[in-house]
Amino acid sequence: MERFVYADNAATTKISKPVLDAMLPYLTEEYGNPSSLYRFGNQAKRAIEKARKEVADVLNADPFEIIFTAGGTEADNWVKEIMRSLKNKGKNHFITSAVEHHALIHSAQRLEKEGFEVTYIPVDREGQINPEDIKKAIRPETGLVSIMFANNEIGTIHPIKEIGAICREAGVLFHTDAVQAAGHIKIDVKEMNIDMLSLSAHKFHGPKGTGAFYCRRGIALNSLIDGGAQERGKRAGTENVAGIVGLGTAIRIANEEMEETTKRVSAMRDRLIDGILEKIPQCRLNGPRENRLPGNCNISFLGIEGESLLLRLDLAGIAASSGSACASSSLDPSHVLLAIGLPHEVAHGSVRLSLSDFNTEEDVDYILEKLPEIVSTLRSMSPLWEAMQKGEVSYDL
Amino acid sequence: MMYSDKVWDHFSNPRNVGEIADADGVGEVGNATCGDIMKIYLKIDKDVITDVKFKTFGCGAAIATSSMATEMIKGKPVSEALKLTNKAVVEALDGLPPVKVHCSVLAEQAIKHALADYYRRNGIDPTPFVGELPDAEACHVH
Repeated sequence: MERFVYADNAATTKISKPVLDAMLPYLTEEYGNPSSLYRFGNQAKRAIEKARKEVADVLNADPFEIIFTAGGTEADNWVKEIMRSLKNKGKNHFITSAVEHHALIHSAQRLEKEGFEVTYIPVDREGQINPEDIKKAIRPETGLVSIMFANNEIGTIHPIKEIGAICREAGVLFHTDAVQAAGHIKIDVKEMNIDMLSLSAHKFHGPKGTGAFYCRRGIALNSLIDGGAQERGKRAGTENVAGIVGLGTAIRIANEEMEETTKRVSAMRDRLIDGILEKIPQCRLNGPRENRLPGNCNISFLGIEGESLLLRLDLAGIAASSGSACASSSLDPSHVLLAIGLPHEVAHGSVRLSLSDFNTEEDVDYILEKLPEIVSTLRSMSPLWEAMQKGEVSYDL
Repeated sequence: MMYSDKVWDHFSNPRNVGEIADADGVGEVGNATCGDIMKIYLKIDKDVITDVKFKTFGCGAAIATSSMATEMIKGKPVSEALKLTNKAVVEALDGLPPVKVHCSVLAEQAIKHALADYYRRNGIDPTPFVGELPDAEACHVH
């Protein structure tokens, strides 16, 4: 393999050197248990509290409001717990969107099985949510609204501040899954009226298996894991000290460098999008041009199937992701691509390329060099493409 | 989910890709909505498959099974091609992930459809040879 271009940063990112350096002592010499009373344990406890403040500072929250978890999915699962505890107060209605991550979609489906009512807010062609739809969906028995900050597949950034204001005014709790946004977009939980938020360290050069759940002071929170006093008794178990330290360091650095990173990464993203649309006929950008995650590029290539495209990219040394059916046990294409109105046939041919600040202009050049020939090869062996060329089938872009 | 080396080999270097202009039998199965279409062209001389080509829209496994299945019937008598099972294709590829087994079913069906077309072109009812072929309209369940 001549070259390796990692273009799947929405899936996970590489740990940065400063993050690794901050973590290493807690994997080696500083191995004390934070719950121990002696000073060796206290040092680990102090490191956790420092990280908690780092996370809180970035979100404009109070350290008390940050609970460390084993990742974004675990944090999202808290939403389910909160809904369950609201049931006693007659709140059995949950509002979310049609384009959430499966951590939320599957939680919502579980709630439905338990007898809750769930409203899935639809999105427009660009994956955008109309806050008015949420306003209309709220009813007296609505307990919680959960809308993702930015979409993991097509990069759409949602109007979180407006949605938060609507929920605040209606007296309904508001949670946002900010797994794709944290570390990439400025988040101010106070200004944006956010009651609860989930984030995950490995999306911004932190370690895997570490995340945080922000829960505004005053919101009753049941424990997610019983068995100890860690994380205010809400999430028991000896802390992942190195992971938490890595999260704190990663989010602090991401925040400090955000302006510059966003500028550089979104310029590469735009060059990638423009280059693909210019060089390859019959393809469409999914998601908006503006209000888009800095590193996200999601394209549907008509006449071919996403998994085979992704595997061919792999053979060329490019790591990307497909939201196609074949990647999962279901034969349906991505729920997000269907929610923005793509026909199944078009949704099947979609690939997500996601960049980070570790990517270079040469990476973009390389993708733009390889992608057209790969698409063209796959199209040359596709009976669907053949039928499109003969005018037997056609799709609106 | 992981593909075997054989699947990678047949995906990255598929055998028998293309069309046969004067084919003696053509079979197409699957549909775009489900995410896979396979089209198989046969050239048959004195009941022997002298050439076979395919075109496939689909995932890595769909392309690899098309390639392998065409290899397995090339140069073989029609009677032998009729006996090709999806299981044999999966085995020849050193296995497929469970969610991909339907691709091998498509490959078997595509060949049967092409052979049925060959019989029909020769004025022979294919049913006694290929059996009842399922309609490929609905997305396959596995």
